[in-house]
Amino acid sequence: MDTTTLRVLPCGDAALLVEAAGLDDVLALHAALEADRPGGVVDLVPAARTLLLRFDPVRTDAAALERAVREAEPVAVSRSGGELLEIPVVYDGPDLADVAHHTGLSERDVIAEHTACEWTVAFGGFAPGFGYLAGGSPRLEVPRRSESRTRVPTGSVALAGTYSGVYPRSSPGGWQLIGHTDLVTWDVDRDPPALLRPGVRVRFVAADSGETEGERPRRTAGGDA
Amino acid sequence: MTDLDVLAPGPLATVQDLGRPGNAGIGVGLSGAADGGSLRLANRLVGNDEDAACVEVTFGGFAARARTPLTVAVTGAPCPVTVDGRGAAPDSVLRVPAGAEIRLGTPARGLRSYLAVRGGLTVPAVLGSRSTDLLSGLGPQLLREGDVLPVGPAPARFPVIDGAPGRAIADSEAPLRVVPGPRDDWFTSRALATLLTEPYTVTSECDRVGARLDGPELARAGVGELPSEGMVPGALQVPPSGKPTLFLADHPVTGGYPVIAVVVTSDVDAAAQLRPGMRVRFVRDRTANRATSRPGAARPSPHLPATSNSGRSS
Repeated sequence: MDTTTLRVLPCGDAALLVEAAGLDDVLALHAALEADRPGGVVDLVPAARTLLLRFDPVRTDAAALERAVREAEPVAVSRSGGELLEIPVVYDGPDLADVAHHTGLSERDVIAEHTACEWTVAFGGFAPGFGYLAGGSPRLEVPRRSESRTRVPTGSVALAGTYSGVYPRSSPGGWQLIGHTDLVTWDVDRDPPALLRPGVRVRFVAADSGETEGERPRRTAGGDA
Repeated sequence: MTDLDVLAPGPLATVQDLGRPGNAGIGVGLSGAADGGSLRLANRLVGNDEDAACVEVTFGGFAARARTPLTVAVTGAPCPVTVDGRGAAPDSVLRVPAGAEIRLGTPARGLRSYLAVRGGLTVPAVLGSRSTDLLSGLGPQLLREGDVLPVGPAPARFPVIDGAPGRAIADSEAPLRVVPGPRDDWFTSRALATLLTEPYTVTSECDRVGARLDGPELARAGVGELPSEGMVPGALQVPPSGKPTLFLADHPVTGGYPVIAVVVTSDVDAAAQLRPGMRVRFVRDRTANRATSRPGAARPSPHLPATSNSGRSS
């Protein structure tokens, strides 16, 4: 990546928003700045096409940080080194048929594609413990639902754009739900609280619904479990 | 045991410190006192570290009883304070005898007052902070009648002054300085001019996450969807309605609507004191350091639909 092509945008007086060509460039820049964090930077927030640098305006300024960004030497982030997490999924999501329709695949093939590839947590952001999983099958690219649900149950496994994700707790949401897992992906009393941290690799494994029924007795009652 | 018994929380009272920075990667926002300057002042007055946990009282109505003699201070929105029924001054060091009640009345101006107790509130921390994050649900529960707030050991240093004037809090119209961007180019040039000249009104949809504003619509220059990107306190995010939302302490870590301008750090505290119905004017900040480079090369056009519409919210 050529850092001179990055767009560096003002974001108030205590942050800069750096826009890159795509996710790989964002992650490469993030890794470089995380490894050698410029003085005064208090948080780095990677997203699909941008990296937000929040800084302490007493300790540094936008011009110095823009220089640091331009002088950074981003290295392509390996997507093979992270911890591997297997997530058992019952593919019974209410949007599975819609996803099949959007992608032109059969429901069985949607499941096959989702379980065949290795995903990597690229970044977080929507809710505590929610990781945006990238690197999956390009055949699974789907739009968000035209209307968001007011309540998506905990553990829902979903697709939107080129990403997949697991809802860490019940919340509103607009992604296409293809299944659910009983794996607790977020628990503040656990260290670390989030299973889906940036860099973690994920493989989804199709599980038999019969196996998990006993573990989630009141799912239909709401899904706050 | 040094404790504070909550007798009445008022409309909304939470425990806050300076939040949990550095957790954006796992989707955890900063949170912390909405008016951080007032929390710091309250802590300095009682000799605490600036980041000790306090009670953030929204629109007064809070009452508590000290089990042991306590040293406290009330800052932020100026409200009538009584200690065992006797009037006490805000922004000053107050001694509360054992068994005495401290009460915060309705503030004359502003929205949020801070009650610091010497020693700090030592409710359990979550991810390094005792702040309640109303968006993510992290941290202590909202305070209720009957809650017992443990107080930590007194710090080694003593209060050095009896009082310190707090920041003036506006009562009708507040000017807030902004830096345009990062996504001002998603809007018509007239939209930014409108934002910087026309008054906006704080609606009743106003909480620790942010304040929805009413006023002239800010029109986008084109169509398209922005992939979610990192947000900051003070961001003026503009949903398709064209009416901006001003983000405060519990704002989402990322958001998918373009931010036309951002209120400067030193004015975000004032923004947290805006009441529903108040008018606010945005003025261009002339002092902030700005990143201005916008090379045209290798940049996606902001007005083309993104390659996917993922990640706007999930």
